[in-house]
Amino acid sequence: MPDFWFFLEVLVGGLLSGTMYALVALGFVLIYKASSVFNFAQGAMVFFAVLSFVGFMELGLPFWAALPVTVGLMILVGMGTERFVLRPLVNQSEDTLLMATIGLAFVIEGVAQLAWGVDVRRLDLGIRDEPINWVMDTTGMLVSQLDVTAAVVAGLMVAALALLFSHTKVGRGLRAVADDHAAALSIGIPLKHIWMLVWATAGVVALVAGMLWGARSGVQFALVWVALKALPVLIIGGFTSVPGVILAGLIVGAVEKLGEVFIGPFFGGGIEGWAPYMLAVLFLLIRPEGLFGEKIIRRV
Amino acid sequence: MNISAILQSSQRAFPVGAPILELDSISLRFGGVKALTDISFNVLEHEVRAIIGPNGAGKSSMLNVINGVYVPQEGSISLRGERLAGMKPTDAAKLGIARTFQNIALFKGMSVLDNIMAGRNLRMHATFLEVALQLPRARREEAESREAVEEIIEFLEIEHIRKTPVSRLPYGLQKRVELGRALAAEPKILLLDEPMAGMNIEEKQDMCRFILDVNDHYGTTIVLIEHDMGVVMDISDRVVVLDYGKKIGDGTPEEVRSDQNVIDAYLGVPH
Repeated sequence: MPDFWFFLEVLVGGLLSGTMYALVALGFVLIYKASSVFNFAQGAMVFFAVLSFVGFMELGLPFWAALPVTVGLMILVGMGTERFVLRPLVNQSEDTLLMATIGLAFVIEGVAQLAWGVDVRRLDLGIRDEPINWVMDTTGMLVSQLDVTAAVVAGLMVAALALLFSHTKVGRGLRAVADDHAAALSIGIPLKHIWMLVWATAGVVALVAGMLWGARSGVQFALVWVALKALPVLIIGGFTSVPGVILAGLIVGAVEKLGEVFIGPFFGGGIEGWAPYMLAVLFLLIRPEGLFGEKIIRRV
Repeated sequence: MNISAILQSSQRAFPVGAPILELDSISLRFGGVKALTDISFNVLEHEVRAIIGPNGAGKSSMLNVINGVYVPQEGSISLRGERLAGMKPTDAAKLGIARTFQNIALFKGMSVLDNIMAGRNLRMHATFLEVALQLPRARREEAESREAVEEIIEFLEIEHIRKTPVSRLPYGLQKRVELGRALAAEPKILLLDEPMAGMNIEEKQDMCRFILDVNDHYGTTIVLIEHDMGVVMDISDRVVVLDYGKKIGDGTPEEVRSDQNVIDAYLGVPH
């Protein structure tokens, strides 16, 4: 196989896994945008969502029934979080809210394992993690079916959210709340509803992310750490930008795979794990607000 | 000229009518600080009513009481004779009370159009699901609102900046957009917190014209706070004067201007 095709194969693989990072990061952005909370529990929500989905299927529900039931459950979890964790802490500092979500992460992880047990499960979406034949035949590249499906689903999800949160009543309400609480209240936008909506949406995004990751690497506790992969994506893309995290997800995916294959050998391999964080540190030094984040202006 | 003279001489499309808003013995304290002490006045329908006073007189506190941001410890507010107890800003908005802020509170990341569209929030009743699925009601409301907003944009002469993010606009235009957002809710009462603060002469004149036009065209009752006495006297039907949280004058601009207490408050008295 010529070098070019090999390079392309690695790049495509990286970009595809990047869309899945972007999907996880999207859950963070939604909440951060509307309420300036860095939701440390997003990873736990991913884990809880997909574990519940698999759990419902084990209870005998077919796929098409388990999905809406889990979506409903995640909406309840999101709304409950807003109501019982964040609303009592309204007007507290961002640090306090962050601490609250760290606590929440432990609670969700605990409840998930209490309810569904600690075994690693398989999630079969009917799409195999195998190369697509015609791509292999024509170009010699190995491109996983699952990766492509995941990328398409992630892409659709992002597009749908981007549409919903742009020029609609809901989208304007969300951005209004993010920009100015007092002004939003004065035109009758209820903060609490918007926050509930955002948390519920983040719960659904967590489910989709969990299903895609779970199908690839098994439904297990380690899914919680997927959230850590989202961190460099958020730093690079900017905490408040939906297009930013999509692009950053792609960049992180590409950098870690290309780095691993082409630069890794010089360091004895294994750079996939830390290359994204290095990139994030570089961004913090050069462009701390991220690619599309709001410019940080502090008046002294 | 007294109130009845205004009522009779009015050539306006919406002549000044019965009291729409009544404030009765309002007192507001922050801990030991008395922001407002025993203040009573009313606002007549279709009137332009000003609240003036030196810095720290309690003008903004007064507006925040009407808008439900602060709940006074004593006294009552009534809208068309109906007492409003424990009102919050969203309740005020639902009752048809819109406002602007002293330090512009626009949604900075959004365009002029989106800011004013956001002001239509309470005029749009489609639920989240209807919006998400773009069901007929959501689409119809969006279209209707867009039409209403275009009318406001034309009215305020800001067609050329429709798509511009508000953070890029000069101060005077931002104030105008904020007025537009408040108007989008089709309010009965419009509260303006220092609409002319920080403006140059030309911008002030424009803003005066828009305030009077709003009153004349939509019949909106206007309560405005202003620091600059000169401007207020030209556009208001009646003026309340506050000083150190107390009401020291109330009447037509002419009456207020010649009131000795008011003159003392503004010019100071020898000690």
